[in-house]
Amino acid sequence: MPTVSVKRDLLFQALGRTYTDEEFDELCFEFGLELDEITSEKEIISKEQGNVKAAGASDVVLYKIDVPANRYDLLCLEGLVRGLQVFKERIKAPVYKRVMPDGKIQKLIITEETAKIRPFAVAAVLRNIKFTKDRYDSFIELQEKLHQNICRKRALVAIGTHDLDTLSGPFTYTAKRPSDIKFKPLNKTKEYTACELMNIYKTDNHLKHYLHIIENKPLYPVIYDSNGVVLSMPPIINGDHSRITVNTRNIFIECTGTDFTKAKIVLDIIVTMFSEYCENQFTVEAAEVVFPNGKSHTFPELAYRKEMVRADLINKKVGIRETPENLAKLLTRMYLKSEVIGDGNQIEIEIPPTRADIIHACDIVEDAAIAYGYNNIQMTLPKTYTIANQCSQEDIADKLGVDISATKAVHISNPKTAEFQVARTTLLPGLLKTIAANRKMPLPLKLFEISDIVIKDSNTDVGAKNYRHLCAVYYNKNPGFEIIHGLLDRIMQLLDVPPGEDKGGYVIKASEGPAFFPGRCAEIFARGQSVGKLGVLHPDVITKFELTMPCSSLEINVGPFL
Amino acid sequence: MADGQVAELLLRRLEASDGGLDSAELAAELGMEHQAVVGAVKSLQALGEVIEAELRSTKHWELTAEGEEIAREGSHEARVFRSIPPEGLAQSELMRLPSGKVGFSKAMSNKWIRVDKSAADGPRVFRVVDSMEDEVQRRLQLVRGGQAEKLGEKERSELRKRKLLAEVTLKTYWVSKGSAFSTSISKQETELSPEMISSGHLHPLLKVRSQFRQIFLEMGFTEMPTDNFIESSFWNFDALFQPQQHPARDQHDTFFLRDPAEALQLPMDYVQRVKRTHSQGGYGSQGYKYNWKLDEARKNLLRTHTTSASARALYRLAQKKPFTPVKYFSIDRVFRNETLDATHLAEFHQIEGVVADHGLTLGHLMGVLREFFTKLGITQLRFKPAYNPYTEPSMEVFSYHQGLKKWVEVGNSGVFRPEMLLPMGLPENVSVIAWGLSLERPTMIKYGINNIRELVGHKVNLQMVYDSPLCRLDAEPRPPPTQEAA
Repeated sequence: MPTVSVKRDLLFQALGRTYTDEEFDELCFEFGLELDEITSEKEIISKEQGNVKAAGASDVVLYKIDVPANRYDLLCLEGLVRGLQVFKERIKAPVYKRVMPDGKIQKLIITEETAKIRPFAVAAVLRNIKFTKDRYDSFIELQEKLHQNICRKRALVAIGTHDLDTLSGPFTYTAKRPSDIKFKPLNKTKEYTACELMNIYKTDNHLKHYLHIIENKPLYPVIYDSNGVVLSMPPIINGDHSRITVNTRNIFIECTGTDFTKAKIVLDIIVTMFSEYCENQFTVEAAEVVFPNGKSHTFPELAYRKEMVRADLINKKVGIRETPENLAKLLTRMYLKSEVIGDGNQIEIEIPPTRADIIHACDIVEDAAIAYGYNNIQMTLPKTYTIANQCSQEDIADKLGVDISATKAVHISNPKTAEFQVARTTLLPGLLKTIAANRKMPLPLKLFEISDIVIKDSNTDVGAKNYRHLCAVYYNKNPGFEIIHGLLDRIMQLLDVPPGEDKGGYVIKASEGPAFFPGRCAEIFARGQSVGKLGVLHPDVITKFELTMPCSSLEINVGPFL
Repeated sequence: MADGQVAELLLRRLEASDGGLDSAELAAELGMEHQAVVGAVKSLQALGEVIEAELRSTKHWELTAEGEEIAREGSHEARVFRSIPPEGLAQSELMRLPSGKVGFSKAMSNKWIRVDKSAADGPRVFRVVDSMEDEVQRRLQLVRGGQAEKLGEKERSELRKRKLLAEVTLKTYWVSKGSAFSTSISKQETELSPEMISSGHLHPLLKVRSQFRQIFLEMGFTEMPTDNFIESSFWNFDALFQPQQHPARDQHDTFFLRDPAEALQLPMDYVQRVKRTHSQGGYGSQGYKYNWKLDEARKNLLRTHTTSASARALYRLAQKKPFTPVKYFSIDRVFRNETLDATHLAEFHQIEGVVADHGLTLGHLMGVLREFFTKLGITQLRFKPAYNPYTEPSMEVFSYHQGLKKWVEVGNSGVFRPEMLLPMGLPENVSVIAWGLSLERPTMIKYGINNIRELVGHKVNLQMVYDSPLCRLDAEPRPPPTQEAA
């Protein structure tokens, strides 16, 4: 869940009123946000780097707010405020407009070389914007939040924002050999080739995470203006030439990516959030993108979509009885402008470009429920009549014809620790480790575990299968084979499996096993099949687990008995 | 050899013998320690009338360690005699030999050797006789062969004084068949010691788990099969309408498998419907509009939630016509590639409840949750809007924690998305409500455990397991852990 950090006073100023921390927490809860932490820059630095470093830092109060992962429109102060103000009916949701420029439209031409690496690009212009330091910071921060979330760490989409007044269109989005790309990147004082940059950024804590996206590709994506100035080398870095500042008035925004839908959403979010500061509020200047096939499209899409949902459906799904008019009002508070039409039961809902998360009627139903207030909904019990059953896992027994020993362990491709590389095929090591971690406990230690183990099995759809195992160990000054044997007898007694070779009975037969002391190991046969082994553990095994006493153990597959 | 096996052998020998047998003789025959046979006798005696054992004590002579050595290598005096060459040996040199000091005086008194004190380079020892008879060795060999009675009393006491012989009292058992003699005794049962059955301790997780099962069963829920830790991405994510670029499907969040890396079979016509819903939409949905890849869906992983098992169960349900309402639950292990700390492990248990019926509402979900949590002793609930990829509406469940004096999240819930249910083939007017929580969290709160590693995994504190009381979830919990629950 993304966390957005906003200055409290700035937030309250924008909301037009102040709240106590509790009041604001309550508002967040109701709206589906979470006031995660109240802190300050100073506190954050002092927590992470110590008091000394924090000395000069700002102690302006910051609210850290958790935002649902699908609400990209709430990832900055501007969006949060707009969402909450509409929710509280203090403002009407603004309408975002795309306009054609008075002069020539900005053009971005995509060449076919990009097809293999990063085929999509969209663009737009924010005209006559007025930044302040806070607005500018928020603009940069929003791009970062989008990069981390919907853009999947720039793999799906990367955003570049540029001072349009330093550039001259039309722009070309192409892909070139890294050695052929040379420019002065953001925050550097001289020009580097793309190869050099990739080396330099290997040690850059921020940028090194993105290098893998293009690193091993023969061609790197790059955007030029008509004078050959590099705007950016997505998804790594922008050029220094077109960098934006607090004083920038006209911004050219490009989003490149591998996912066209997401690129369009990202562009829509940026322009809807920050067109607020344009001279013509909530108005965005269109840009034209020419695709390699010669077709051209105008962006941002800023599409408003109409959905029709019946009022009784919403009532039925939520479990409330509201009039269609009230439901339309509730939805409007959720930034979904709605009105009752037709037979008086139909609600027409307008999905704005900021709400890309609304993809189905169920999303609309949820918003109605949120606006109604989850905690105002009458709780009722469903009349679903069912008979309870416990899981018997009968099917395991039938399939046990496979020889377990012939199968193998399941391996994890991205293990986190050395102890977590395979799914376990036996429970014994876990119990021995438990004893090792509890050596201070009085003897004897008698432990058991009943859990699933995993074995490769090509007869199942995923190629692996669980087996329910029972493992017990006895750890004492003497090996206690008779204790473990007695336990087996007791288990079998409880499972109603009589001793004896007859079908249906169980016997133990002398056997061998690498974990066991030679001559002190027996295989357990029950109902005509081998179900496991018991015996005295080999001293090598005991010492490998850093144990010092003899130990006997029993491990069986209990599947056949369930 | 363990007691049980010896006892079995003893019984078989006893059956074959007439009258009875001696424990020491049996030990000699079996080539094992007499003590092991005695142990078996005693454990059989404890059974009652299977055998009768009469204690007999016999005295006999045994060699001491030194006696053994002499019986093997000859007496010290003999060894001194043998080490002297015909031309004699310097006394000082002789004394340095291992048997020198002891053997010298004995050999002198036996008149086997003499000392010439006038020799040029100090006293020199010479043989007196050409050969001698090592009587001591011969006698000890007799004793070793079990023929001590052939020696005279005087000879024996002389050897005893030299600490070469010792008299030992041996207690043996004369074992005979008892009135309830049988070779196929149910001796196994006798090895069940009472404490083995009565003094066990269940791990707190098991106690809490069985309470949860009990609650579900009381509420009429049927347990779902969850016996597959290994799951395909398809059932774990795609079937739940979780898009393929979703961050949860990242290596950083999920354990993928190297072997077996891919699911072998998927229900292909259902897969096609899922693919269409993701990439183009349908069933009233816009879809995610991306290029859905089968390879991605085939990737095997350690399941990240038991909802994959719920998806399988719902798919099976959808294949049964006509639709019948169900209530399902499961409690089982799930795996996440988490950063490990005091409250997070790479594996934990998930508790999940699912109800499928016609016309279920959000109010129903809340009603079921209220009943469920009331049974847990949690009565103050409130619900927060939330986002889950596969439920809409979604709600997080909070309860007021008396100890922490704040609302804490106790579970997550929602109504499964139509994009998940309709491709399975469930009827359009059927809603499925579901909720989940972890087993570890309530257990930690219940038993006042601060570090999850003390609860789960091999670093578990057995003292805690021994001491933890019965689990009654509706009873007042202990003072809660100080940290905020995750």
